[in-house]
Amino acid sequence: MSEVIDPIIVMFLTFFFGSMLRSATPILLTALGETYGESAGVLNLGAEGMMLIAAFTAFVAGVTANSVLVGLLAGMGTGMLVGLIVAFLVVTLQADQIVVGVGFDIAAVGLTSLGLRVIYGTAQLPLLPPRETINIAPLSSIPIVGALFDQPFMVYLAILLVPIFYYGLYRTRFGLKVRTLGENPMVADTAGVNVFLLRYVILLLVGAMAGLAGTYLSLFQVSFFRDNMTQGRGFIAIGVTMFARWNPVNVLFASLLYGGAESLAGGVQALGFLRTIPNEVVLMLPYIFTIAGLVALARRARLPPALARPYRREL
Amino acid sequence: MPDEPKNAVRTVGITKRFPGVVANSSIDFDVIPGEIHGLLGENGAGKTTLSSILAGYYQPDEGEIYVRDKLVRIRSPKDALKLGIGMVYQHFSLVPRFKVTENVLLGLDVAGQDVKDLKTLANAIIQRAAELGFAIDPWAEVSELSVGEQQRVEILKILFRGASIIILDEPTSVLAPVEVEGLFRTIKSLASQGRSIVFITHKLVEALEFCDRITVLRSGIKVGTLSRSGLGSAREIVQMMFGAEIEPTATRRVTKVGEEVLRLDGIVVENELGHEVVRDLSLTLHKGEILGVAGVEGNGQKELAEALASIRPLKAGKILIAGKSISGSNPAKQYDLGVSYITDDRVGEGLVRDLNVAENVVLKSFRKPPYRSGLVIDWKRVERETERLIQEYSIIARGPKSVTRTLSGGNLQKLLVAREMSGNPSVLVANQPTHGLDARTTQYIHHKLVEQASQGTAVVLISNDLDEVFSLSDTIGVIYRGQIIGLLPREQATREQVAHLMVGLRE
Repeated sequence: MSEVIDPIIVMFLTFFFGSMLRSATPILLTALGETYGESAGVLNLGAEGMMLIAAFTAFVAGVTANSVLVGLLAGMGTGMLVGLIVAFLVVTLQADQIVVGVGFDIAAVGLTSLGLRVIYGTAQLPLLPPRETINIAPLSSIPIVGALFDQPFMVYLAILLVPIFYYGLYRTRFGLKVRTLGENPMVADTAGVNVFLLRYVILLLVGAMAGLAGTYLSLFQVSFFRDNMTQGRGFIAIGVTMFARWNPVNVLFASLLYGGAESLAGGVQALGFLRTIPNEVVLMLPYIFTIAGLVALARRARLPPALARPYRREL
Repeated sequence: MPDEPKNAVRTVGITKRFPGVVANSSIDFDVIPGEIHGLLGENGAGKTTLSSILAGYYQPDEGEIYVRDKLVRIRSPKDALKLGIGMVYQHFSLVPRFKVTENVLLGLDVAGQDVKDLKTLANAIIQRAAELGFAIDPWAEVSELSVGEQQRVEILKILFRGASIIILDEPTSVLAPVEVEGLFRTIKSLASQGRSIVFITHKLVEALEFCDRITVLRSGIKVGTLSRSGLGSAREIVQMMFGAEIEPTATRRVTKVGEEVLRLDGIVVENELGHEVVRDLSLTLHKGEILGVAGVEGNGQKELAEALASIRPLKAGKILIAGKSISGSNPAKQYDLGVSYITDDRVGEGLVRDLNVAENVVLKSFRKPPYRSGLVIDWKRVERETERLIQEYSIIARGPKSVTRTLSGGNLQKLLVAREMSGNPSVLVANQPTHGLDARTTQYIHHKLVEQASQGTAVVLISNDLDEVFSLSDTIGVIYRGQIIGLLPREQATREQVAHLMVGLRE
């Protein structure tokens, strides 16, 4: 077979499949968390900011301790801490979720850029050695699609979480309670569910997932931190969540679609295909995919009725 | 065998204050095991507040609660569930998108009840329902169920949580007469199994017919509790509810019918599903006339009202106002033509709860002078007018700028009526204008409708309440399956005849 296929195409496809999963992973992680958040009626527009801050702390902690594990825990912990602050603002103080979220996004860009310069000045940033990939023995030697089975640890983790998140949300009592919060929190309240506590728990989960995604960006996808390195991925994750209609399995496919678009853009650029099309157009692909997906969905979307509404008791 | 407790629930000195109002003032209330205890009072008397305190939804500011003779603190709905207190809220607490099973499952673990899986639960639901004398499909989505069925799911839900004290907040207000009987049977069978029922209502007849004891609340104070033997006359209880005897409902003055103002010519209207629910309906209405449209709910009343207000397009036929066809109109144009519309859904369609009172008053008339002045709205003028309406309609609101959501149900309705009448319309469409209101507010709105007709407005009064139709109308039309199947002058109509027509019997 392989004799008939142009080696450039083989290279391109190998790159495409390998890179698709890696590009999809941060979106997938964040969107899985957002799926729980939005199902519980909490719209976390601060996902972008959470990812960015977590990417930063994961990098700093990882470099300082010279340990990826420490970096990972720091990134996830930071995400949870931000989640806790968001929960305090939107659940306890009942602040507007959109304002709080956007506020965090803007603050995160400034905070991390400032932090980077305070800690490292203008000197060359330290680098971590790149992460090893784990290859799944026989599968990874298949030509072209073998690239799917030679990935960093976090990629496998993200995919493994998909069935767990699906089961949790749609097959357990916990998930039923979470979804009730998004439909009508009063129903949950009168059923004896602690609405406030559960929304706190959910925002910790949302934060942890965005934290993992941020950690993945700075410690797994690359091994450094760069200003605003999330580049809108948090927002794309929110789009993916809605596009996937709050179903973790759909979230996986929607993330792969995005990852595919990003890796297509990367591949075309790296291998010099389609020179007639300006680079910028190719790089726009993932974003165009997201927008097109959301526009297509918008006609039949049904948001959780209690989304972005603070809960208080009244009759 | 343990001693039967004296009281299932007893409250001592329950007081609850909300900003600006004392909802419950030192209320002593008790429920005996196995009784059906009616909690009676006007809107805003404090019935719902008291029961929400028992259900753990509100915390009392003062007072004690005893459950089965033991002093308890109910800090949350969870505590109430554990004590076996369950409440069916007036606006149900079900998730429409979930299946019956899922709705029942929610909170079972909290209440300490458990089931193995949804299948087991589904079978248990079918069995429980059968014991209570009805059938329910446990796998149906709640949104597919009728209101009556949803109520049964609510009751089942609470039973599965192990409730032995069941509070029902105005359970009959959402039901058709046939369904009410079914509900009463269910409640009686629950009481005969030893459960205690608190039955909240403002309908005196229901309470008298069906409760073992009645407690009457008025403005947050308990007026008294009457037991079966001493239930006394309706007149006596009305006095307890309202403090003084209220005058009989407005009756119609002798009609002087003027020229024709409204004519419907074979109109056909579809509902959301594309079914023709108003079919070839024709009517004429004259200046100063009140046409009462009686019918069982769901026979095209809502669609007829919406067609008159130009909210819903006509599939066929014509509507003529003062002889002119208004096809291709829209709600704003219709309002300008002098057609006002009191919707049956005051908070969903009639008023915006997050706007203030003045903004709601001007919601339909802001486009034109006197409220429009140049490019802007003359708010001073709007506020003066609102002030006047608040006075005239005795709407209890802190002022034109208070947020509408702080108004009680009766006051919301008065506000809606005030707005729709303030433009001095030539045609007024009123769909269920007193639905869910207490007797005093109902009476007030009746007076206003009659007064408006005396000033020459032609009124289309759509109502499920036969008393209302009979006491106000000049002409009674009976709507059945989207058609007026009988049109009678009030003096010639008998209730029996109208009731027969309502179910489609043309003798």
